[in-house]
Amino acid sequence: MKKLLGMTLLLIMLVVAICTFQWFTHPDHSITFLSSVNLCNLAQRIGLLGIYALGAGIVILSGGIDLSIGSVMAFVGVAVAMLTVAGWNPFVASALVVLCCVLLGCWHGFLVGRIKLQPFIATLASLLLLRGLARGIPNGIAQTISHEPFAFLGNGSYLGIPITFWLLIIIALILGFLMNFTVYGRYLYAIGRNAEAVRYSGIKVNRVRTLAFVICAVLAGVAGVLELSLNHEIQPAQSALMYEMWAIAAAVLGGCSLRGGEGSVLGVIIGAMLIRVMDNGMNLVGVSSEWQWAVIGVIVLGGVIADAAYKLRAANKT
Amino acid sequence: MGESTALLQMQNITKRFPGVLALNGVDLDLREGEILGLIGENGAGKSTLMRILGGDYPADSGDIVICGKQAQITDVQHSIALGVSIIYQELNLAPNLDIASNIFLGREPAWGALGIVDSRALYSKAAEIAGRVGISAPMNTLVETLSIGEQQLVEIAKALSVDSGILVLDEPTSSLSPAEASKLFEVMRGLKNAGVSMIYISHRLAEIRELCDRVVVLRDGERVGELSGDRICPEEMVRLMVGRDISRFFPEHGRHAEGDTVLMVRDLSYRGGRDVVNFDLRAGEILGIAGLVGAGRTELVEALFGVEPKHDGEVQVMGENVEIRAPADAINVGMGLVPEDRKALGVILEMPVTENISLPGIGNYNPPFMDRNKEKEVAVELVDRLEIKTPSLNQLVQFLSGGNQQKVALAKWLGISPKILILDEPTRGIDVGSKSEIYRLIRELADDGMGVIMVSSEMDEIIGLSDRVMVMHEGKETGILDRADINEQNIMHLATGGSQA
Repeated sequence: MKKLLGMTLLLIMLVVAICTFQWFTHPDHSITFLSSVNLCNLAQRIGLLGIYALGAGIVILSGGIDLSIGSVMAFVGVAVAMLTVAGWNPFVASALVVLCCVLLGCWHGFLVGRIKLQPFIATLASLLLLRGLARGIPNGIAQTISHEPFAFLGNGSYLGIPITFWLLIIIALILGFLMNFTVYGRYLYAIGRNAEAVRYSGIKVNRVRTLAFVICAVLAGVAGVLELSLNHEIQPAQSALMYEMWAIAAAVLGGCSLRGGEGSVLGVIIGAMLIRVMDNGMNLVGVSSEWQWAVIGVIVLGGVIADAAYKLRAANKT
Repeated sequence: MGESTALLQMQNITKRFPGVLALNGVDLDLREGEILGLIGENGAGKSTLMRILGGDYPADSGDIVICGKQAQITDVQHSIALGVSIIYQELNLAPNLDIASNIFLGREPAWGALGIVDSRALYSKAAEIAGRVGISAPMNTLVETLSIGEQQLVEIAKALSVDSGILVLDEPTSSLSPAEASKLFEVMRGLKNAGVSMIYISHRLAEIRELCDRVVVLRDGERVGELSGDRICPEEMVRLMVGRDISRFFPEHGRHAEGDTVLMVRDLSYRGGRDVVNFDLRAGEILGIAGLVGAGRTELVEALFGVEPKHDGEVQVMGENVEIRAPADAINVGMGLVPEDRKALGVILEMPVTENISLPGIGNYNPPFMDRNKEKEVAVELVDRLEIKTPSLNQLVQFLSGGNQQKVALAKWLGISPKILILDEPTRGIDVGSKSEIYRLIRELADDGMGVIMVSSEMDEIIGLSDRVMVMHEGKETGILDRADINEQNIMHLATGGSQA
């Protein structure tokens, strides 16, 4: 809880800093950060990152990790685009492909639960495999689609709020309900802390773990569809590259511990906001986007070091 | 005592661990060229004494004299330099290296300062030492391809390669076949004739009699006697190892126990099919399972509970055949297990008391939803009934005392009222007060009609609490004792491989 407060505080400070900077540096004291165009743009990007970061967060919570997110997004994008080009309705194609993500999640659950692979390795294989399929099947050629209603998913807005952000809210509510009001949520936290003890208590650990992987794969699939809709095209080699790292960074910033058993839906969303506000702010104050990764890297490091130091102090007190 | 020939003297050794006096003024002397047996029940202090000799940790007080010289053993390397080699049950070999490399690991013959290994010298020296302990495999055989018995010989060869005058073997035969064991004894006799002195720790009294010149017996951290010559016989050894008053904090025995058979186990084989067990459990009784460390008791109850899949055999609960493949199946047919390793398996330390207690049951309250009211209700009732001392229901279990943690591990199961409750070492490492409360609780549960299985290495507990006792030795039941026959002599007799009269 304290960590969540700390991150929220950091987020507010960041927003204030950006606004102050703009107020002083702009001759007309205009704050473009707060302009509706910018906020809308920001919300759209937060929505997208939030959706797949939540998936990463749930797997991390259960004590695992999923490295395949970016590749899933690229694969889904390529698949939907190619089906659309082949004459399918893009919505139908999307539904079908996202459904296939359920199978992928089950596959990860099987590899980790039955074959006893480490989640890192199992999903690393998928990272390579799916990216390879996404590049190989269209032979590396970018796929472009134009379909007005489909483009609305990624670009449109309702009541002034982008659709992606609405989707994030809906997904967050569903996951929040799952985590807090159903036994699966309790099991996920418990497994992240001590999976063996949970198994000895008669819970089918593999099923719960699989559930986490399925949620993550499906959310990555949804994000892949949105990404395609947003850009009207997909570059097999470049699209969604390294997005799993942004997802993990958002989850960790938001309070998930890679040891498992810690984290919350709200925390992950705050983590996603931090990252997006940070790079939006850098754009606005004129820092070259080439520096983006370095800055986010520093922030993630700072966040986890602060957390570790806090825990060390707490441990020394007792 | 032949003072002049004593190679090693440990005098007045005392060692205290938090809450336990592990060794209390123990003397031990080893003469040149003898095999000295060191025996005692689990926890008597044998291993502690040998770990002090091996430099794992220092004694709190007492002297060690080796070859007439006072020795302050600081660490393992120092102990080896003094000529002491200890071969533990878990072997310390590099499985991916060959025999010769293992024998000279860290002391490879080398050319000059560059440390280039002189392979020819390595293999010829190794072969010479290996010959002395009867290793027949070629020196370039990988250790992982050897049997456990052969690996043990490699350990002994390694010890000889540093000119150890004192060799300690800690239960070397526990995982050997009879043929391998007799080969080991042959090697040991050969070494003895060559002037090596050995300390031999074993629970197998027949082996002790066959092999040892003298025997020192420990009990509860004290030296209680020494036997030599003809007096080394199982009866005498058992008499010394046991024989003490059982403290009076056990509850009255049950109203007992002509309840229905709740559990019937027939030809259950586990540990990959090596071991087979048969027994029954009736409602309202406490069935103790006794045996020495390594007898397979924990593995048996874990197989029964579905943690490790059983290999073969039949299990009936309330007269019906059941197939148990996972703990979830066992719980469905009415079992509960409080595992031996409380902190790793019994509770989740970083979770609150309430959530620990509700873990097995919460899925049944109102699935798939989490019924927090019911959860709290159950927790409040059980915390009260078991007198769990916690500042609040939301306290993390890691901040409770060992005894209260154990009560939480028990409360988990009481929340779902199993018909069969299995307790594996229910009072390990907890204080005396909590112990007697847990004993009383176990008896209450049995009186209420539960069938209780209690695995324990504490003789007092087995005798004080059990209505019947099944004794195990090397994975098999060697006998089931009824109330009237439960005493330390009978249990130790069966636990060391004797047969039921």
